[in-house]
Amino acid sequence: MVKGVIERTADMTPVAVARKIRGLSDRAIAWIFITPTIMLLLAINIFPLFWTIWLSFTNYRANRPNAEVKWIGLRNYERILTDSDIWLTMQATAHFLVWTLVLQVLIGFALAWLINRKFKGNDLWTTIIVLPMMLSPAVVGNFWTFLYQPQIGLFNYVIAFFTQSDPTSFSMIGDVDLAPWSIIIVDTWMWTPFVMLICLAGLRSIPDYIYEAAECDRATKWRQFWTITVPMVLPFLMLAVLFRGIENFKMFDLVVQLTGGGPGSTTELTSINLKREAFEKWRTGYSSAYAIILFVTVFGLASIYVKALNKVKER
Amino acid sequence: MSSYSITEPSAKQKWIAGALVSIYALITLMPLLWIIATGFKSGADSIAYPPKIAFEPSLEGYVNLFTTQTRQTQDYMEANPPQTWYEQIVHAKGMVIAGPSRFGERFLNSTIIGFGSTFLSVFLGTLAAYAFSRYPVPLKDDLLFFILSTRMMPPIAVAIPIFLMFRAVGLSDTHAGMILLYTAVNLSLSVWLLKGFIDEIPREYEEAALIDGYTRFQAFYKVVLPQAATGIASTAIFCLIFAWNEYAFAVLLTSGTAQTAPPFIPTIIGVAGQDWPAMAAGATIFLLPVMVFTILLRRHLLRGITFGAVRK
Repeated sequence: MVKGVIERTADMTPVAVARKIRGLSDRAIAWIFITPTIMLLLAINIFPLFWTIWLSFTNYRANRPNAEVKWIGLRNYERILTDSDIWLTMQATAHFLVWTLVLQVLIGFALAWLINRKFKGNDLWTTIIVLPMMLSPAVVGNFWTFLYQPQIGLFNYVIAFFTQSDPTSFSMIGDVDLAPWSIIIVDTWMWTPFVMLICLAGLRSIPDYIYEAAECDRATKWRQFWTITVPMVLPFLMLAVLFRGIENFKMFDLVVQLTGGGPGSTTELTSINLKREAFEKWRTGYSSAYAIILFVTVFGLASIYVKALNKVKER
Repeated sequence: MSSYSITEPSAKQKWIAGALVSIYALITLMPLLWIIATGFKSGADSIAYPPKIAFEPSLEGYVNLFTTQTRQTQDYMEANPPQTWYEQIVHAKGMVIAGPSRFGERFLNSTIIGFGSTFLSVFLGTLAAYAFSRYPVPLKDDLLFFILSTRMMPPIAVAIPIFLMFRAVGLSDTHAGMILLYTAVNLSLSVWLLKGFIDEIPREYEEAALIDGYTRFQAFYKVVLPQAATGIASTAIFCLIFAWNEYAFAVLLTSGTAQTAPPFIPTIIGVAGQDWPAMAAGATIFLLPVMVFTILLRRHLLRGITFGAVRK
């Protein structure tokens, strides 16, 4: 049937014929293909976001759906910003963020730099190193609680073995000073490979002739590293930090299972605190304002950072 | 060609690099191996001190994971001897099997929601990616950025209204609701990745097909789709891994019928305190598919985790 139509319209260009037959313009096809995606995103991402903004100005509580909803203006925001407990969780989050980023950047870059030596079997080792980041953070957090058990856990045993101390003398998730480190260690174990992969892409993007030219100029290896390798990888590294920063700012699943915010509230990161307000205390309006503040913080920090990133890229 | 290059590392350098990286890899692997091993330990071996490296393998953990048990009287135990090997394991502890545990159910939920949302997000994502790749869509860059930005939102920020929304329309704690939710979350990844893959297919193929009398639609599914098959497959696996691992929405929006395995595994506890072998068995079963996919996927890994922001 299609052939017949083509014969009848032999004077038209074939592509135009094909368009005609379907009766749909390219533009119509494009919209038919894109609309479902946009609709779903509007329904499940954008609409709830605006709803959150609206709720943040009210005293609504989701566990009392029939109570009267009162518009209370900026009072929720005021209360959050003057609450000293929230500043403590912010501090815990900042501590967590800074240390995970520092460790992951240092170890990740070092690993990428080593793997770039192209030694035998590096594909196998790379695959093994990458494994943890594909796993479920909640399940990972859960089984690390087992590894961290002072009496029976592997972690304490290994540390004690190398330091010749008593494995039961310290508890990673039970001790106020050590608990933040227990999550930093697991996060580093999980996400260093991510930084490593991106650094590796950066290293592989450096053409060999730059090093060859430097060699002709008799630049030392050390100098080549600081004037070629580091600046060329920096934009990639900054991108990795951006992704990790955003992810770790909203870190939830791993920490819930590992320490649950404790002991006390030493590992109570903002998202855990938020969950407590929203789904345990059911202060919906209040926690909506909290969520918006976090969201704005992430976006603000991220956009300042992206500006810096673009400057580095331009150089 | 003599391949001497000044940028090529020396044999000694390679050896040192290889040694350091393999040490790190083995340290990385240790917790995973330990968990897999713990799944095959008996309850007593799992809490032995010092931790046991050599142990007699036991399926106790797996039996405990899949069954619920009750304690019975001596008379009852003597009157009803165990029929199967797994009943024997339970019987030895003075208990009988009361029925299946909820792990199977939760695992099934993970599978249904994982595959359902993966299918939907890859289906919708392929259509959208094709349109973005081939047609002059107005505001294309803005739309693409909008799609990407939906992924940056912290789940908790939208969880409250989604919770209220789902409750209002009867989607809370249902498979359909979770499938829709995960589809929406995965769409950004799926559109961005697939657009990258489809961009790489030369337009000439479709043009040739159109000249041969195919319609646009036929050209899409007879020419473009087969060419994009590898890309579609790896996108699907990334979406599946995400839906499989997701915890925050699952724990906030489901409580019973549609709850997936990640919120469930940590709740596995035995009759007397934490049953570590059962927890380890659950974690092993749950993590294994993802480990296999990771090994299969390693070539596409970088693109998948960065939405194609970094091209390898």
